[in-house]
Amino acid sequence: MSETPLLDELEKGPWPSFVKEMKRMADVKPYAKNVLLQLERSYREKVTHWKHGGIVGVRGYGGGVIGRYSDLPPEVMPTPEVHTLRVAQPAGWFYSTKALRKLCDVWEKYGTGFINLHGSTGDIILLGAPTGNLQPCFEELISIGFDLGGSGGDVRTLSCCGGPAFCQWSCIDTLDMYHELTMELQDEIHRPRFPYKFKIKISGCPNDCVAALARADLAIIGTWRDSIKIDQEAIKEYARQGVNISGVAARCPPQALEWDGKELRVIPEDCTRCMRCLGALPKAILPGDERGVSILLGGKATILQGAFLGWVIVPFMKADKPYTEVKDLIRRILDWWDENARTRERIGELVYRVGMRTFLKAVGLPPVPQMVYLPRANPYYFWSPEELEEVK
Amino acid sequence: MAAEKKYITDIGPPHYREMVHPVLLKNYGKWRYHEYVAPGVIKHVSMNGEEVYMVRAAVPKIVSVYFVKELCDVADKYSDGYVKFTSRHNVEFIVTDKKKLDGLLKELKDRGWPVGGTGRSLKAIIHTQGWVHCHTAIIDAPGLAKALYDDLYEYFARDDLPGKLKIAVACCLNMCGAVHCSDLAFVGMHRKPPVVNDDIVSRLCEIPTLVASCPTAAIRPAPEKKSVIVNEERCMYCGNCYTVCPGMFIHNPKYDCLSMWVGGNAVAGGPPEFSRLAIPYLPNNPPRWPEAVQAARRVIEVWIKHAKKGERIGDWIKRIGWERFFTLTEIPFTDKHIDDFTFSLPTFRTTTLFKWK
Ligand code: HEM
Ligand code: SF4
Ligand code: SF4
Ligand code: SF4
Ligand code: SF4
Repeated sequence: MSETPLLDELEKGPWPSFVKEMKRMADVKPYAKNVLLQLERSYREKVTHWKHGGIVGVRGYGGGVIGRYSDLPPEVMPTPEVHTLRVAQPAGWFYSTKALRKLCDVWEKYGTGFINLHGSTGDIILLGAPTGNLQPCFEELISIGFDLGGSGGDVRTLSCCGGPAFCQWSCIDTLDMYHELTMELQDEIHRPRFPYKFKIKISGCPNDCVAALARADLAIIGTWRDSIKIDQEAIKEYARQGVNISGVAARCPPQALEWDGKELRVIPEDCTRCMRCLGALPKAILPGDERGVSILLGGKATILQGAFLGWVIVPFMKADKPYTEVKDLIRRILDWWDENARTRERIGELVYRVGMRTFLKAVGLPPVPQMVYLPRANPYYFWSPEELEEVK
Repeated sequence: MAAEKKYITDIGPPHYREMVHPVLLKNYGKWRYHEYVAPGVIKHVSMNGEEVYMVRAAVPKIVSVYFVKELCDVADKYSDGYVKFTSRHNVEFIVTDKKKLDGLLKELKDRGWPVGGTGRSLKAIIHTQGWVHCHTAIIDAPGLAKALYDDLYEYFARDDLPGKLKIAVACCLNMCGAVHCSDLAFVGMHRKPPVVNDDIVSRLCEIPTLVASCPTAAIRPAPEKKSVIVNEERCMYCGNCYTVCPGMFIHNPKYDCLSMWVGGNAVAGGPPEFSRLAIPYLPNNPPRWPEAVQAARRVIEVWIKHAKKGERIGDWIKRIGWERFFTLTEIPFTDKHIDDFTFSLPTFRTTTLFKWK
């Protein structure tokens, strides 16, 4: 009789099975098998068997390792420590197989051998190692060029889209910005000292392939300020092939495109950079030349006051290497949040509580109409004493 | 004896220049356009005419180191020793020699690694950790994701759906994933307030933090026992108190369940939309959650049948109206569907303009 009759059901079906993967490790590692058997028990009882937290880590860091202890008695679960390491991924999740193989060797030696490629924040997740293995595993990871990511009240591991490595739409060097900001923020990532988590994600264009806007406390999204570039020859070629150019123009949300049967013209000041026409006619339309980033603040899932989507705090900012302006802004925001937030209050919730007015003043950003869909509809606004001084 | 090794920290991730395929580096920032060649295969063409094929395959979220080494074997053979992963956790092989493309596709097929997820297809399901890792997991997200994938398998390798189909599964309300902005999503739910263990609360938890953790102010201090009391009528079972304090035990397998959400998206093309409640209760029925899988299939089939080309689930519902959505899918509308949390007012219909069904 199988020891895992319920999980065996998940070996069936056409999709690759994580249970098969877990069994491959369980077959060679009794430690991994214990975890598999605990999982089977959860399937049977419909309840998790992990205790709450538990502080473990590696020397010199406060984050990057999640403590996990089984709540089952030792005769049922003989290896109760099953901690998880978050390992920071290379920019854009690009790997040489050489690096990946080394990572596998280290992990096979010290842990269950179960990996997530990747966690939803972006890290490589190494699932399950006993306490005593954490330090040597970390040191060996360092020796092959990998480092831990964030956890707890810190700047979490950043993430970015593949951008200029394969995509014609990237308005910024996402990979380089990811790497530079990550290096700049090493201390903030590895040593939690903030009220709660702080996520930064970078997308090269408004398509936002890493969903920064919905998931990041600070979303950095590549954009341009001048006009899209239209290659009229390529447009003609599309038209010759029977592509419906007038349909593309009709689907431009702000009606910024005009097609007269020969030429596709854009009214640049009406274009909102929605990327639709670029996606429909990739050979003919490219982003403009005056490139930089838009920055949005406050995106997060439901916990606690409801889900927030990031909102614009900077409509346009230059973002050339070494990204000094972006770095300075991040530091001003982190400092203000650190000083003003309650425990476990995300930046978006803090700004919502104290008001954009207070936030903008504190970090030195000017209010602009691009920040809102609509101006206020109630008469309850504030004046600061300095403003009243000016009225003589 | 060698000198004591220096303790090295804060090196950050490997530098991308060593991880990106050399042909991609050569054309870095000089890409001209891309083209969908077949489901799962995208051709990228650079300004100087160089062509690269990116081949996308699905990977289970939990894999063994042996699997990763197999990925590496395939990458060594077909993509010069380089791979990349997408933001939805698919793997992509980078093929610079068109002649290798068929061999790669065949090898992926033989290995049973699904190729697809491009264009108007089912995208990789984003899901959270579940019972293998997390102490707040109500359902096992990896298991439900696998059951959904098996059922919806065909849609991954087909790019003729009305629009993209992005599914997410979260095992608890912390939603470590993009559940709140997905076309279709499942979330594990509690239905009973936490049971306070005064001994644990008094020993391990900071009372003011615990009281403040409750979004509905259902928790009040009980100084005489150095613990707290829960006003059960105010509790909406979010589990946040359990996240901050192990003495607020909230798991209750007899009542815990799943919920299904629809119509969210996180694209920039229009403003992003939150997923909305479709089904407040589905049984937590491992190992294959048949009721949940069937509910997903029903909504997807109705959407495919009724949506116009280009419409994702949320676009389609916006056009036909929510009342029509509930009619077409035959999902009962209940008091659970009417928001009574923060920011609920804008969801009430402040007009007499609506459809009857
Ligand atoms: C306070 C409660 C928690 C909240 C609100 C929360 C929320 C989140 C969110 C929103 C993400 C992904 C965000 C993104 O898309 O980038 C995430 C990632 C993750 N969460 Fe949680 N989570 C919580 C607790 C936990 C717990 C208790 C565990 C398990 C011990 C856990 C495990 C993970 C893992 C493994 C990831 C992926 C991390 C990575 O890729 O670096 N979370 N969490
Ligand atoms: S976000 Fe834009 S630049 Fe980045 S990969 Fe997606 S489409 Fe390309
Ligand atoms: S990017 Fe969008 S808004 Fe701008 S011209 Fe193209 S379709 Fe219109
Ligand atoms: S969704 Fe909940 S249970 Fe699942 S990993 Fe996140 S915190 Fe844990
Ligand atoms: S489960 Fe949520 S609502 Fe209920 S007492 Fe805990 S924090 Fe409050």
